[in-house]
Amino acid sequence: MTLDLNWNWMLDGWITAVAVVCAIACALLGNFLVLRRMSMLGDAITHAVLPGLAVAFLISDSRASLPMFIGAAIVGVLTAFFTEWIRRAGKVDEGASMGVVFTTLFAIGLVMIVQTIDQVDLDANCVLYGSIELTPLDTIDVAGWQIPRAFCTLFLVMLINLTFVIVFYKELKVTSFDPSLAGSIGFSPAIIHYALMVLVAITAVASFESVGSVLVVAMMVVPAATAYLLTHRLHIMICFSILAAIISAVAGHVSAIAIPASFGFRSTSTAGMMAVISGLLLFLAAMFAPRQGIAVKLWNQLALSWHILGDDIVALLYRVDEKQANQRTEKAWIREVLLCSPLSFTVVMTWLRIRGEIVIKTNELVLTDQGQHRAQNLVRSHRLWEQYLLDQVGIDPSRVHPQAEQMEHYTDKKMRQQLHQVTEKPSIDPHGSPIPEERSTK
Amino acid sequence: MSATPAECAPSLESQSFAFESLVAVSEQTTNVWSQLQRLLFLQDYNTRVVLFGAAMLGGAAGVVGVFTLLRKRALMGDAISHATLPGITISFLAASIWGFDEKSLPLLLVGATVTGLLGVSTILLLRGLTKLKEDTSLSIVLSVFFGAGIALLGIIQQMPKGHAAGLESFILGKTASMVVSDAQLIAAASITCLAGCSLLFKELKLLCFDENFAGSRGYPIVKLDLILMASVVVISIVGLQAVGLIMVVALLVTPAASSRFWTDDLTKMTLISAGIGMFSGVIGAAVSALYPRLPSGAMIVLFCATCFMISMTLGVKRGLLVRSLRRLKINRSIGRQHFLRTMYEVMEQKQQLGLEQSITINDLLPARSWSKNRLATIVSRSAREEWITRIHQEVRFTKKGRFEAERLTREHRLWELFLIHHADIAPTRVDREADHIEHVLEPEIVAELELLLIEDQRELPQSPHGFDHWKQTDDSKNGNQKPNGNQKPSAEPPVSRARTGK
Amino acid sequence: MFSSSDKQQDDSDSAPLLVEDLTVAYHRKPVLWDVEFQIPKGSLVGIVGPNGAGKSTLLKAIMGLVPIATGSIKVFNTPYRKARAKVGYVPQKESVDWDFPVTALDVVMMGLYKQIGWCLPARRHHRTQALRAMEQVGIADLAHRQISQLSGGQQQRTFLARALVQNADLYLMDEPFAAVDASTEKAIVEILRGLKKEGKTAIVIHHDLQTVNSYFDHVILLNMRVVADGPVEEVFNQENLNKTYGGRLTLLEEVSEAMRRRERSL
Repeated sequence: MTLDLNWNWMLDGWITAVAVVCAIACALLGNFLVLRRMSMLGDAITHAVLPGLAVAFLISDSRASLPMFIGAAIVGVLTAFFTEWIRRAGKVDEGASMGVVFTTLFAIGLVMIVQTIDQVDLDANCVLYGSIELTPLDTIDVAGWQIPRAFCTLFLVMLINLTFVIVFYKELKVTSFDPSLAGSIGFSPAIIHYALMVLVAITAVASFESVGSVLVVAMMVVPAATAYLLTHRLHIMICFSILAAIISAVAGHVSAIAIPASFGFRSTSTAGMMAVISGLLLFLAAMFAPRQGIAVKLWNQLALSWHILGDDIVALLYRVDEKQANQRTEKAWIREVLLCSPLSFTVVMTWLRIRGEIVIKTNELVLTDQGQHRAQNLVRSHRLWEQYLLDQVGIDPSRVHPQAEQMEHYTDKKMRQQLHQVTEKPSIDPHGSPIPEERSTK
Repeated sequence: MSATPAECAPSLESQSFAFESLVAVSEQTTNVWSQLQRLLFLQDYNTRVVLFGAAMLGGAAGVVGVFTLLRKRALMGDAISHATLPGITISFLAASIWGFDEKSLPLLLVGATVTGLLGVSTILLLRGLTKLKEDTSLSIVLSVFFGAGIALLGIIQQMPKGHAAGLESFILGKTASMVVSDAQLIAAASITCLAGCSLLFKELKLLCFDENFAGSRGYPIVKLDLILMASVVVISIVGLQAVGLIMVVALLVTPAASSRFWTDDLTKMTLISAGIGMFSGVIGAAVSALYPRLPSGAMIVLFCATCFMISMTLGVKRGLLVRSLRRLKINRSIGRQHFLRTMYEVMEQKQQLGLEQSITINDLLPARSWSKNRLATIVSRSAREEWITRIHQEVRFTKKGRFEAERLTREHRLWELFLIHHADIAPTRVDREADHIEHVLEPEIVAELELLLIEDQRELPQSPHGFDHWKQTDDSKNGNQKPNGNQKPSAEPPVSRARTGK
Repeated sequence: MFSSSDKQQDDSDSAPLLVEDLTVAYHRKPVLWDVEFQIPKGSLVGIVGPNGAGKSTLLKAIMGLVPIATGSIKVFNTPYRKARAKVGYVPQKESVDWDFPVTALDVVMMGLYKQIGWCLPARRHHRTQALRAMEQVGIADLAHRQISQLSGGQQQRTFLARALVQNADLYLMDEPFAAVDASTEKAIVEILRGLKKEGKTAIVIHHDLQTVNSYFDHVILLNMRVVADGPVEEVFNQENLNKTYGGRLTLLEEVSEAMRRRERSL
């Protein structure tokens, strides 16, 4: 089966464009939902706006945008308000009060839609999972260009959200981080909160047509969460979330066409694939985020254990040397003493030789000058720590060794100097071994 | 070129189909009465099946919901139910590829269970291994899994064996189409969950209340948690058919949250929650069967919500009405205490403390920042409750009122002194909720304070503990049966400690 | 390091608690360093130290509620897992949600759940047992109150009763005296003395230095490591207190910070 993309710029181009603006509009607000731990409120609002839509349809008798947005905004605020009210007045757990409110509103909306099915051309399925594939068919005339209506609406909403985030950046930042501080310096957390809720509701309505209510949540929360995993800075997080949103949108539509095609089907739901792609991005971020990533952490642990093993090898060689013990420092013996696995031993040995800290002479490992340098400082750290633990912490001399053994690997020159000062410049450690001099680089 | 208008047609077709599924299947007979009759007497076999299934589901969801609510994981059900969609679609696809019956419910539900559990573990992993918080993990799983399900549904709709007929009803629910085997499945699943919850009742109670203690006693916290989450998965999955995956969370959350307003006892709470769930299930399904165009899932949810609203306002333990009455009562009792103390102090200043001596209301007015009207209200209420007697503008203590006023004044003065002289230990060593100062402070401190009071040249009203019978009459007369925990009887018996300031 | 088979320590066989070489780290940041002590049978032990000294962590480590990096803990000369029935735990009052729909009696009964057994309901004699424990702490008349309607002191007594009902031999109490009224404090002290008379042991985290002398006969001064432990009259002196509350071990903190940094940036 050949992978034939069947890309039509007039259609697929517009679909992608709609998807991109929709994803950006959602992701912008999503950052603050994630930071304020309100992701589920986003979910609740996107479900709950259904009755607002139905009422707007009934009143205005059209799919005109303005009444829809007003209806959605009102219901969105009501959802946030009722959730808060039930939580406070009824002393109900926040999750539960949210669950009660949004399911109720959703049910009301559903009943309304079904009841008025003859008068209103509103489809519950369309609200639930959208029909982005149909958006290029419904165009309006903008300065002579035939532009899909959905694109215009979403573009507008995206601009509104962008303006909101830029203008109220400072306020959003402080209210998300510390609402009580915000209140005390004069920003009303409640106003920002409800403004955010209104925008979430409006964005949800604008996105229904293209991605549907559940997937609005995907576009709001998942790119923002991906960005949250990647950085600690708010403005960088917002940029990353936009990037993740764009990638999800483009890759989502491409894969919606390409993946089913390779199994002999026609395209599938673009919205669904957008959610899946954003989930994949999140997975990648969770695994490989610098510092925090799960895989990265595992690798760091491995690298750290290798580093420590390297330290242990050079320190062992130093001690053998120091004691002038008549011990052949063969590989097998060292592995036996340090109880390490053959694999990590080989890796670390190779690394030490590349760095020129160890050479092999007649089957014995010998420290080079550089290796000597590293070892000497390590042993110095170790013995200073022993002295410190004995003197300052009051640990029994028989027990200081294992502690020092751990800490020596993390001790830098500055810390050694401090130790040296605090322990009153000892020349021997608690066990009577001499504490070597500091060897500075070059 | 794939997305031509013509090829979008299937999704348009499926729209009209979806409406059929939303509208409860009920023949549009003009005679609603005869239908009601049939329903009431359960003449219709089909109706019996549907009502039975809805009741079982509501009951089981109510019970499981109580524990998830108390474990503060109410919205877990929401995420789980959404996470079942890809499972359903995958098993549908798999069945049709390998030539099984792709509409066999058990097969679809097995798929749903697998991805549901996968969803739970993804939530737990995201929360545990990354810095994402609980709410974000929930919404990620909810939306991404649902998205995957929708994408697969898009493929299924193109399959030759008709549209994904049954699958649509999983999203919004279709109780009326329940058949005997479905009801049996629901019953089996519900009974399993109910049995599990009642057998492990006390273990789950401990888990939800005090995880640390449970751990210290050697209970396997993780396993218990998994059992609880597994029952949520089971309920969500059997609930798919009845109310649909979007609204099954209502069955898990709303009855449980409602029941908390009625009782302070976990066993009763569980029973009430199960009752509300059953009731809403039956009524919702019945109403939807009686009238056209009322989707059953939505109706069940709306009846749950009605129960919630009733419970929140009228609930006898934590309902709004009861709580505001309670607050009113407290405010009145505080007002009364302030009044009696002020009256005592004003009379003390005038050295007219005798029982037969009286004071005018106008004398009291400047003593506190109360308005004339407010004072008048308090005076007439106190007179009604026989703390004072009132003759025109003059008031005087009754015997009972006088003792109460003495006690209040004495405690107030001791309390003030204590705060001044022992400010350092006051916040940590004092239980402000106790209602008598003797129960708050150690006797030695009280004695020391009393000495200070005398040095202060202020007369100290005698400790009125010898007159405990007055207190009792006062309690019974005011109907002040201490139901609200704001006035705690002390652990100690009210022994009279003979301590006087004289 | 040394196996506990040192024969000269014959009484260690019956020692309620023997902690050796215990190090606990949260995210590789050590909270307890090389803690080592032994509790004589039938003593009332106060653990005293500044905030963040790892007092609660020590109790949790003893019960296996937090993972330990190194070291061994012996409760009645066996691992905690096997001695669980002999240990009663009183957690901090703040650790639970007091709005939970249970009565005081229910909470006390929780101490008996292991005894009642999995899946079985509580029976009448369990109830009487629980009521007796509540009587002991003076809250029997509040048995059927919902727990949020108890005062702070009464809540603490409920927790105490829950531990007492287990009839354990070793009690671990996490700040039972925090924010309780005077009469509760007195009641708890009475109960502690009663326990001692029965030959039982209690380890109590305590904040109020003034009362250490009168409440306890053994004290552990803790600040990330054991500064001193022993009979109160021997070790509870100004010098040891200064060591505990004064001079922070900046270098220790620095190296643990370096460990974390290194872990991240390598």
